[in-house]
Amino acid sequence: MRRLTESQYRATIADVFAPDVPIAGRFERAQRADGLIAVGSSVGGMSAFGFEQYDASARGIAAEVTGEKRRAQFVPCQPKSANAFDAACATKFVDTYGLKLFRRPLARDERARFVGVAKAAQARLGGFYQGLEYALVGMLQSPHFLLRMERTEPDPQHRGALRLDAWSKATRLSYFLTNSTPDAELLRAAGAGELDTDQGLARQVDRLIASPKLEAAVRAFFWDMLQFDGFNDLFKDPVIYPAYNSSVARDAQEQTLRTIVSLLVTERGDYRDLFTTRKTWLTRPLGIVYRMPVATRNGWEQAEYPAYSNRSGILTDISMLALHSHPGRSSATLRGKSLREVFLCQHVPDPPANVNFTAVDQVSRPGSTARMRLAEHNDNPVCAGCHKLTDPIGLTLENFDGSGGFRAKENGAELDLKGMLDGATFAGAPGLGQTMHDNPNVPICLVDKLYRSAVGREVVDAEGPYLDYLATTFGASGYRVPELMRAIALSKTFYAVALPAVPAKTQTAAAARKGDRS
Amino acid sequence: MTKLTRRTILRGAVNGAAVGVALPFLDLFLDGNGEALAATGQRLPVRFGTWIWGCGFIPERWIPATEGADYVMPPDLEPMAPYRKQMAILSGFDVKLDGVANKPHMTGNFGLRTGIPVPGETATAPTIDVLIGEQIGQGARFRSIELSASGIERSYSFRGAGSPNPSETSPVALYQRIFGEGFQDPNAGTFAPDPRTMVRQSVLSAVTEDRQKLARSLGAADRARLDEYFTSVRQLEQQLELQLQPPAKVENFTMPSAPAKTVVDADVEHVMVNHKLMAGLLAQALACNQTRVFNMLFSDTASNLRRSASSDTHHTLTHEEPVDPKLGYQQQVAWFAAKSMVACRDFVDALARIKEGAGTLLDNTLLLAHSDCSIAKSHAVEGIPMMVIGGGGGRIRTGFHKAGRADPVSRVGLSLQQAMGLQVERWGTKSMDTNRTVTELVA
Repeated sequence: MRRLTESQYRATIADVFAPDVPIAGRFERAQRADGLIAVGSSVGGMSAFGFEQYDASARGIAAEVTGEKRRAQFVPCQPKSANAFDAACATKFVDTYGLKLFRRPLARDERARFVGVAKAAQARLGGFYQGLEYALVGMLQSPHFLLRMERTEPDPQHRGALRLDAWSKATRLSYFLTNSTPDAELLRAAGAGELDTDQGLARQVDRLIASPKLEAAVRAFFWDMLQFDGFNDLFKDPVIYPAYNSSVARDAQEQTLRTIVSLLVTERGDYRDLFTTRKTWLTRPLGIVYRMPVATRNGWEQAEYPAYSNRSGILTDISMLALHSHPGRSSATLRGKSLREVFLCQHVPDPPANVNFTAVDQVSRPGSTARMRLAEHNDNPVCAGCHKLTDPIGLTLENFDGSGGFRAKENGAELDLKGMLDGATFAGAPGLGQTMHDNPNVPICLVDKLYRSAVGREVVDAEGPYLDYLATTFGASGYRVPELMRAIALSKTFYAVALPAVPAKTQTAAAARKGDRS
Repeated sequence: MTKLTRRTILRGAVNGAAVGVALPFLDLFLDGNGEALAATGQRLPVRFGTWIWGCGFIPERWIPATEGADYVMPPDLEPMAPYRKQMAILSGFDVKLDGVANKPHMTGNFGLRTGIPVPGETATAPTIDVLIGEQIGQGARFRSIELSASGIERSYSFRGAGSPNPSETSPVALYQRIFGEGFQDPNAGTFAPDPRTMVRQSVLSAVTEDRQKLARSLGAADRARLDEYFTSVRQLEQQLELQLQPPAKVENFTMPSAPAKTVVDADVEHVMVNHKLMAGLLAQALACNQTRVFNMLFSDTASNLRRSASSDTHHTLTHEEPVDPKLGYQQQVAWFAAKSMVACRDFVDALARIKEGAGTLLDNTLLLAHSDCSIAKSHAVEGIPMMVIGGGGGRIRTGFHKAGRADPVSRVGLSLQQAMGLQVERWGTKSMDTNRTVTELVA
């Protein structure tokens, strides 16, 4: 049972009604489980605050949809009389939006319940549309809308076994491939039983993979994987980083997501090229930090990091560099740690309790660099275990400061940008990007994360061979992410009802089998 | 026989059109927790809250040298001196790890708040504010209000594993939530229930109608999640019930005006401003029964507070600032530790400013102020500093320093629950499992 994420809720309301229907409520911060909100959405609870805000959104949406200005657009019929309750029209309204919001037809008692709400509300408030308004409020507050409740039915091909019913299949498929609710065609196919045949399912998968909505799904996945919710409480010191402001923070995330969408969706490019491409997108606020001219006054333009800029790939985007830094300085450790966790699916342990960090004191000491300060860690065996995992990666990004701006020196000292990752040695950000590009664990980790995001849970050991198969398929496709999504969406595993019995350990199966326990 | 509730009386009144009369004060409607009486004749409810500051303290500058009432106020605690009679200083109480990995800035904090040391970033049991809220929080508009002053969207109030109660981070949003739509001015004089409120009640009844059927179709974990959903729906139902009643009059209440927009970030000077604004709004909300339970996170447990133009945060300083050889302690860390006590005073000031009955809101509040660790440099969870502040409606004794002598910190949590009327004999797990009340705290 997965809860709609904020972006799914927004997309769903936009698709069911219209993109300009306002959402008044706020959203409680999503919980992460093992690095993904998509997994956390299967386990987290709903606070009183969260429901209170859903209530505010529901009332705002319902008032807009049934209000005088827009009811002709949204209400599929007109009441026969201004005063008497029109049960037929109310039923039509409830059926129409019940199907779209619950992602399945309403049961008879559900329909009666919401029509009953409309009737009672009209009796109390006087107007037919006010009745509809509150019926809609109820549907928008229902657990059947807010939570993705799946239903099973006997599987005719396997006696005694269960399978997802067609509506639940459509829902899984739709949120995975469009990050939104099933569209009319998918609902039609579900109702017609087409999703229960391989051919019918493939037709819908191909249609959605080809649709412009795939972009939204890719965006949502990478926003989650790159942990951009961290920007909600990321602050930079305005004295130290005067160019960094809320426009930069907002645009920096969008820049990276645009690069991702352009390469992976528009160009159907190779996932690994994300770490080496110099093609990017810029706005004027970003241009100030990048020190690149941006002709477009308001909005986005395509750009390319110059070869001399030391930037290549999304690891050198402001978003990644600033997110994994302190408010007033860069952090080779945080950058290295996030790179391992986000892109390599490895776990870097916390610093042990009772550590003396004073060795890394006095950041602005003349002639001191992060490498010198962190060297103290590596001389201390307690610290070295983990810092050897993080720092040799992060130090190669040291000519970017805590806001992502370029610097040739730190505290007047030359920077040594040599680094190492899983045995490969290199220097600087371009070297790091190429090393990541060539690291076989990078695409394996993506497969792991994309699959976990698709199914909203941890991988279990029994799924290991399946993930191997997916990784092979991904490689054979030239590391095309839409092809990987297609393979997942067509697989039986994706629609499985009962999980294989063995629960996963903290390490994901794919990573464990590749032997990169850290 | 029909159950007599305020709501059924009122429904009769509403249907009969005669509303706007003040309801008689009936004992039946109260949960029996009130002690003091306000001038309006209403019993004054008791409130409970927590106030967290991150990164501990410098023990020799915070722990009084002697126990009892006549201690000399230590320098970093000096800002709290005006409240020495209304606070109990608790030092030397430990979170016992029992072999659990000490997740920095998490394990001590959750251990103190749940009696269970956890190795990660989520509690595994309800935190003490939630437990106490179940006892005293009924009948208010919000089950609890969570606040965070340093821009961090985080809260250490948990209903259970993976279920935090999220914090408000901006004074403007806090004001909107409490004093915006749905707020009833208790002293407005006129009262007209909104018929839409009754419609909204019937909507929620419809939404929850198939609860049983739904629960049967789910596995245990999902059923628990669905229960949480229904519990949250229940709060809204209670809010609507309240909106159908004329609000009880509140002496000295004036509707606060909306705060101007402020900069929300971790610059300590901005944090002080936002914290004070939020404390003031919260105190007003407590005074007029919007909530009886609250949690303020002044600074996150790995405190991100920083001074303008500094490349360090409070947290990084605790680890990296060298001990000043002349002073014998980390000078900048001490600055933040003392600043945290100034903030604590600001918070208590806000409660003490509100007159209530013969005393103040502070007299009817029990506030537990605590940090996540003692010496932040080493993430030590032994001797986490705590203060119990306020009168708790006459149920708590203060005005002294008590050293815990390495006793489990759960003794304090147990005592506070007992003071708030919970029937609980023991609390905590393993080495923190205790049935020993801190008798000095009990009035």
